[in-house]
Order: sequence, then structure tokens, then C-alpha cells
Amino acid sequence: MRVPAAFEYERAESVPHALALLARHGSEARVVAGGHSLLPMMKLRLAQPACLIDINGLTGLSYIREEAGQLRLGAMTRHAELLASALAARHFPLLGDAERVIADPIVRNRGTIGGSLCQADPAEDLSAAFAAAKALAVIEGGGGIRTVPIAEFHRGPYETAVAPDELLTEVRLPIRPGAGSAYEKVERRVGDWAIAAVGAVVWLEGDVVQDVGIGLAAVGAPHFHAAEAEAALRGRAPDAAAIAAAAALAAEHARPTADQRGPVDYKRHLVGELTGRALRRAVARARGREG
Amino acid sequence: MAVSQMIGARIQRREDPRLITGHGRFIEDRTLPGMVHLAVVRSPHPHARIVSIDTAAAGAAPGVLAVLTAKEFHTVLSGTMPVAPAFAPDKKYVPPRFPIAEQEVCFQGEPVAVVVASERALAADAVDLVHVEYEPLPAIVDPEAAMHPGSVKAHTDGPDNIGWDTTFAGGDIEAAFAKAEVRVKERILQQRLAPTSMETRGVLAQYSPFDERLTIWLGSQNPHFIRFFVSMSMGMPESAVRVVAEDVGGGFGGKISPYPEDYLVPAAAKLLGRPVRWIETRTESIQTTTHGRGQVFEAEVAARRDGTLLGLRLTQVLDLGAYHGTFGAFQACAGLMAGGVYRWEAVEARSVGVLTNKVPTDPYRGAGRPEATHVCERMVDRLAQELGMDPAELRRRNFAREFPFTNNFGLVYDSGNYDGTLDRALELADYPALRERQAEARRAGRLVGIGISTWVEICGFGPAAPTAGATGGIALVESAQVRVLPTGSASVFVGTQAQGQGHDTTFAQIVADTLGMPLETIELRHGDTAEGTGFGCGTYGSRSLSVGGMAVQQAAVKVREKARQLAAHLLEADPDDLVFEQGRFAVQGSPATGKSIQEVALAAYGGSLPSGMEHGLEAVSYFDPSNWVWPFGAHVCLVEVDPETGAVRIEQYVGVDDCGTVINPMIVEGQVQGGVAQAIAQALYEEVVYDGESGQLLTGTLLDYLVPTMNEIPDMTLDRTVTPSPVNPLGVKGIGEAGTIAATPAVINAVCDALSPLGIHHVDMPASPDRLWRLMQEARP
Repeated sequence: MRVPAAFEYERAESVPHALALLARHGSEARVVAGGHSLLPMMKLRLAQPACLIDINGLTGLSYIREEAGQLRLGAMTRHAELLASALAARHFPLLGDAERVIADPIVRNRGTIGGSLCQADPAEDLSAAFAAAKALAVIEGGGGIRTVPIAEFHRGPYETAVAPDELLTEVRLPIRPGAGSAYEKVERRVGDWAIAAVGAVVWLEGDVVQDVGIGLAAVGAPHFHAAEAEAALRGRAPDAAAIAAAAALAAEHARPTADQRGPVDYKRHLVGELTGRALRRAVARARGREG
Repeated sequence: MAVSQMIGARIQRREDPRLITGHGRFIEDRTLPGMVHLAVVRSPHPHARIVSIDTAAAGAAPGVLAVLTAKEFHTVLSGTMPVAPAFAPDKKYVPPRFPIAEQEVCFQGEPVAVVVASERALAADAVDLVHVEYEPLPAIVDPEAAMHPGSVKAHTDGPDNIGWDTTFAGGDIEAAFAKAEVRVKERILQQRLAPTSMETRGVLAQYSPFDERLTIWLGSQNPHFIRFFVSMSMGMPESAVRVVAEDVGGGFGGKISPYPEDYLVPAAAKLLGRPVRWIETRTESIQTTTHGRGQVFEAEVAARRDGTLLGLRLTQVLDLGAYHGTFGAFQACAGLMAGGVYRWEAVEARSVGVLTNKVPTDPYRGAGRPEATHVCERMVDRLAQELGMDPAELRRRNFAREFPFTNNFGLVYDSGNYDGTLDRALELADYPALRERQAEARRAGRLVGIGISTWVEICGFGPAAPTAGATGGIALVESAQVRVLPTGSASVFVGTQAQGQGHDTTFAQIVADTLGMPLETIELRHGDTAEGTGFGCGTYGSRSLSVGGMAVQQAAVKVREKARQLAAHLLEADPDDLVFEQGRFAVQGSPATGKSIQEVALAAYGGSLPSGMEHGLEAVSYFDPSNWVWPFGAHVCLVEVDPETGAVRIEQYVGVDDCGTVINPMIVEGQVQGGVAQAIAQALYEEVVYDGESGQLLTGTLLDYLVPTMNEIPDMTLDRTVTPSPVNPLGVKGIGEAGTIAATPAVINAVCDALSPLGIHHVDMPASPDRLWRLMQEARP
């Protein structure tokens, strides 16, 4: 076992308490939820926070419910809970698709929705899924509660709109009629980060794509988002040609980098292939045919 | 428990209740009063000159007792780390290796200093405070480039990078190739692998200055060898050093040879007068525990158009790393085994061991035999493709069928029935139906492939004469001591050292049958050099049962025969008139008159022994096999490759193996399953990667080094045939490495078969999605 550097530890009893602790310890503090990203980084000494603020006691932030036309996920919801949720599966099957390929059962039992989003790893699957679903992030701080569109939540790799003295408390996914969604990922091994992954949500009105969301993970898409591909498909019938055109645009605008998981051209190819697969399954699901 | 036939019984492993409930005794479970913690300062450079080491800041850090460098260690350690002759006795260059670097570091992770502190975390903190000034030197990473005259040298003082260059000539290779009607040639890579045992390495040492005794607890496959080497380096009598390996959480070859820490921790314990413990981190494990494989093969086959094999010529370039692994040259046996299960007119194999600036390589599960099987089975498939012949048919046409079979290098295969395992595997897989399924899939544009691997291995090391030469003096025989206590239970001491092989169960089964005693009354002891036998050679190379298990059986027979003498005395009968059955000696013809083994045991410690008989009921036996043993089998794999993503899915896996007499079928199946899983890991997932320019390890964590999980490993259909070995009385062979030897070519042959419609002839390992996609891209018009 690797040994992390020395750190202080505080356990938050409530959201206001967590905010007070954050205010007191400043930017040297890190919030720990499931800890499956932060603790390995600390053991490798890639992260050396002066203080850990443990929010695992904030059980009030663990819920999945439908409210005000939105699917609302508390930030402390564990991956395993989202995977098991029939409510989430009914409205956004891509969440189940994505959760099934996030890490492994042990990590999913402990890792949280909010932790994944705030870690903002460029390969994070839920970030792409939420980008596709056009989610909203609810952030609390000393100044009150604010809501940020997911497209503005991610500022870059490992950077979010959450200030050092703020806490992400909830993710909201607007529920709209005619929806279908799917998530496609290619990984080297179960539990690994994606080589490339694509989430797609379509909202059909009759035979026309009234709106569409396409989220990309691990391929350098700004805000995990394939804006050009969405624009090309919006307002069109989701036929093979339209999907192929959208897939090509997603591939063209992705900015993958070469690493152990593969070279640039392969990743770009995967973006196109997986965008096509995700869109086809999303459309099939929107039409009531499981794809 | 009623005594019946134990050999062949499907008995659950006796060691498992302890291990699977968290009650194993691993190194990190053991603490001693006053124990302190050692952490190692390692080179971040693959190659550099050490300019200076400043230990002042680390020495002044909280809790730090000492910071030690080569200078201090020279006061308690001497000599260099051992290198065995193995299969390359004529070495050209063996760079000397002291357990800790002095002037030059030659691989990333090489120890430079150690910190000893009161707490593990404080030792880790202080490591960062040791300031080592390095002058970086050019590093050589690629073994083939390292062979060129004028290459950057892995050691600045070395003449070049050639560790050995040996050619094994098996017949007239020129004549065989002159008859060729068809030739196929291929370059086949064996990537570096990290053994990745679940328990990393660890060493705890206690030195008593008053009686000058040293005890070392460590995770080892080979405790007697560790005592042999460390006692010599420390200038202590071998008898004053005790090495204990309790439960060992996996080895896979990575815990055979002595490591720097095996010397440094005991030396630090002696220098400081405190018990010292070091536990390897996972990163250290991937970085510094010896790697396996790391070879490049160039192979060429000559054959007739009818599929008759004529000649096989190959070169093995073996990446030694920065130093020779103690048993690194064992892997040169790949050349001797490259002919596989087939008859050849000639085989010629050149092996070149090459030094590079990477961690040393050493045996890894299979060690040379998976490489041999992979080359041979890939080449046979290439030839089948070239000839348009069914690969099963081509194999059958060339199988060795007369046993004992002498291969081109004079090695004598003890027994075999290669048709038997292949027929059974094809039957279980329903081979004709698989081919139909494949044809149908191909018509639909899908990439489905079938791979076959028919394999044989040499194992059971022994015999004494050749192995004593190979180790540099110690014969790989095994001994056992069987001691029956007065109340009729038995302690059995062996020199092998299980790390998951289930010896506590199988060896006890042998004793139970031989002495007619209930299994639960038989205790197996191993891993402690202070107990039992004078020397043991450890567990690796699928040798434990066929050498160590036979010593156990022989010792138990000796005990039984002494008991027979004593029983005869007690019964006033002739020993030859006694029958021994179910643990009882009875007089032939009057079954009511008899003595149980337990009654005899008590008498052996009593006052009524026959004149001339010594007290006690125990025996020691050494077993030196007359030959190696040669397990074999046939595996069949069905895969589908996604034409767009390059992902491989194993749809079906069948393995039929023959390891002679089976002591415990459940353990045999477990060994095969684990072995196949480890081979699938090599075929599709695992690879140690160093940056080709900087020499930096790029796969230093389990996020980067892809050990597969249960999700990647398919259900397997396993079966066996039984062809007993004539080499030992029980007819046993070995099974620990079989799956690892068999399965990589089965998987890769299947992948190649799947891609063959695209004109792809060969795929290197790991067959990762991006690698397959690249090949398909290049093949598509």
C-alpha cells in the first residue's frame, strides 16, 4: 500500500457545516465523497490536500426522484443506486448503460454521482451522459444556491464551476416527451476508463428530431459536448444518412490525444462509430423499440 | 473420516477456509516488538551515474532511525547476486550486481538508498528527502537495437550488451530446408509481463546479536535458496539463518529468485539491531519485481505440400533487462521446446540474451514453454493457412505418436497421446459445427475465428544430474520427512513451497492413502527452513507433485514398511504375511488379528520394540526423478472481432489436458482455469510498456497495466485424458503452468483466423482493440 502525505480530516454533519468547513480551510481542502479518485491520487502523492472534508455523513444528499418535470439526483447518490434505479432507467436509459460500464461493482458501491462530476476527469462517463441529457448542476455556497447548465459546469480537465467554498448538491435532468437515449463505450478492459464513449439523447416529435444531445467522453470534446453533430441532426428525420452525417461531424470535431488507450485516428474513428451506434439505439428506444 | 481412496478424490482445499476468510498469514500480518519500517529510495532514471547522495535532511526527519546506502551495506553484505547457468551456461557478459547501486543505476527503480523509520508513513515521507544527484546517461530500451555493435550500452563498463548467444542444433537444418516445398516465416513478439501476484513482495528480518542468529520472513516460492544465498552474502553459517515463508499470496515465478530487498532488509536489521520490515507497494511491484517474457522470435518453417513438417529455424532475442535474472537463462529452453508435439527432421534455435536498461526478466508462469508453444502453434497455423489445409488436420499429420519420443535435441518425452486430447477437444467444441457457424458469420460480414493449440511441456525439474549443472551446483531433487506421532497423527515436512497450488491438500491425500490415515490427522509443513528437510528447491516449473510429492510418497512408504516390521513383531507374525488395508495390518487369512497404524505408532514410542529397531516412526526420503515429465493437451477457442472497434470477444473456450494421474481433480481444474486466465491476459490485455526514448515505465499502476478481471475471462469447458507418466510410481506429471502454456496460441490463432478474410496473417500480443483496428485499416482497400 502506498502512503499518502499527512493531512487533516474533518467530517461534515450537514451541508451548512460542510460549507463552513470549506470556508475555514480554504482552497487547500478537498471534499471526499466516495474517494475512489481522490484517495488513489493521494496515495500516489499526485494530490496532497492539507485537509479532507468528508461528506459521507450527508445522507440527505442521496436520492433519486422525479420533481417539477425533472429527474433529480442527489450528489451523494452512489453509482450502484443510480444503476439500480427503475425511475432513472425509465426516463434516461443511457444512465443505466453508462453505469454498467463505470468501473467495477466495488467502486460503484462507494463512488458518487457528485464526486464523479466534480472530479471532472476528461474520461468520466457520467459527465458525457449528463452533457447528452442537457442536465443542470445545483451548487450551494455561502452566497446561496445557484443552478449551472452542465455545458458551463466543466471548465476543463479536473476543473469545474464549483468554487473552493462551494458544494455540488444535485443534478437535474429535464424530462421531455419523445425521449430515447443510449450510451456506448469502448474500453480496453471492464472497469477501465473509456478509449472513447458516446452518450446520445434524442427527443422525437413524430418523425423529426425535435432536440438531441450528444456527449463524448475521453476524446477532448469541450464540455464533453458534440455541438456540431447535434446541430446537424436537430430538426431532421433520424434516418441513416442524417445519423451518419452527425456521426461524421462528432468525429471531425473531437480532439482526442494519443495515449496508452490508443492513437488519435483510432479514437476519432470510434467517436464516429459510437455516435452512430448510440443515436440508432436512442432513436429505437424513443420509438419504443429497445435497441 | 472414513479412510478410502484419497488419490483421485475431489476434495476441497484444506487451506481455503483460512485464506478466504482473511485469516491467512502474510508478511504484512506479521509484526514484532520493536519493529521498524524500511522504505527504498529508487532511481527515477533508467540509466544514470550517481554523483552524490545527501541523506542529511532525511536523516533528520521525524521518526527516522537511519538512512543507509551502499557504503553501509558493504559492511554486512559481500559478493554479487547470483546468476545460474540454466540453459545458457556460456555467458558472454554478466554485469556484477550488488543489491544496492553504488556508482551507476541501470534501470528505473533500482535501489539507491533505504530509509528506516519508526512508522511506515514516516519512512515514506523521508524517502522524498533523500537528495540524490544523478548525471543521466543514455538508456537502451529496445533489445534488438541493443544487439548492434556500437549501441548505447546498458552498463557503461560493459563490453557490449550481449549476455549470451547460444545456438541449439537439433539435426541437419540445411538438409531439411533444402527439401522444402513450402516455407513460411514470421516475426512473433512476446511482450513483457508483470507477474502481479495479489500479495506483493515483502521482507521482515530479525537479527539477534547475542547468539548471532538471523530470521527472515518473506513471501517466497523458494525459501531454502534464499537462505543459501543470503547467508553466504552475510557471511553467516547457513544453519544460523532461518527463512520462513508462511502463506504466500501468489508467485507466478516472480518470487523464485533473490531480490535486493531480501539482502537489504536483513542487513538493515543487523546494522540497527531492530526487527525491520519492508512491504513492496504495487507500483514498486510492477517496477521492480522481475518481469516475464520480453522476447522477439524470428521463425521459419520448411514443409512439404502435403503438410509434412521438415524444419524449424528460429531466433529468440531475450530482453534480459539491466542484469541477468538469477534464473533468467531458463527461458532459453523455448528453443529446445519449439518443436512442440510434432515430428521434425531438424530444429535449430538460436538464443540471444540482451541487456537493456529495464528491470531484469526471470521465469514467469511457464517460462520458455509458453513462448515455445506460441511460436510453434502460430507457425503451424501459418503453414495451414498457406497450404489451405485444416489446422487440425495439419497437426494430426505431424503428431509424435511413438513414446517415449526423443525430440530433435535428445529430450525424451515420457508418454503422450496427442490425438486423444485433440479428438476430445474437437468433440467438446463440436468443431464441424463451429466451422459452419464461422462460414455463416463470414457470409454476414462478421469476423469469427477458431483457434487450436496442441501443446506439450517439459516440467518436473529434477533430474539431479542436468539440474545441478543448470543451477550451478544444487540438484533440483526434493526431500520429505514423514513423522508419525505417538497418538497416530502425522507431520509431513517438505521442501516445496506452495503459493496457491493446494499442496496442503494434495500431499496429505498421498500420505493418507499410503499410510491409511484420515486426512485430518495429517499436517503438512513447508516454508520454514528450520523444520524438516535439509534443503528444498521450492515450487515453480510444475515440479512440486512429480518431485516433492513423490518424495512424500517414498517417505510414507518407508514409514509404512517400518510399521509393518513393528506390527509383525507385535502380532508375532511374519512381516510378509501381513496385509495392509485401510490403515490396518492384518495377518493374512485371519483378518480379526491385526494392528492399526495408530496402535503401531504408539508402540513405536513404547518399550516393546524388537531388538535392533530404533524408536520412533518417521522417515526421510529424497526423490530424484529419472526424467522430466511431459504433460500435454489441446485447447480450442472461438472468438469474434468487432470490425469497427477492434474489440475481441471470446465466445467459447475448450481445454483438454493430460497431466497423468490426477491426485485431486478439483485442484487440477482450478490450476487450468487460472492458467488459461493468465494466458488470455497475455493474449489480449497485459503488457509492460517502457517509453522507447526515455526508458520510463508507462504502465506503473494497475490502471495502466491491464490485469483482466472475471468479466474478461470466459466460462471454460475443461476435460482431461489420463496417460500416466512412467517416470514416477504414481504416474503423475504437472499442471500448474499448463493453461498458461496452452492458451495464448489458442486465442491468438482464433483472432488471426477471424481476421484472415482481410488477408491478415499474424497478430502480436496483446491483441488490443487499437492494434486490431490498425491492422484492419491497413488491410482494407
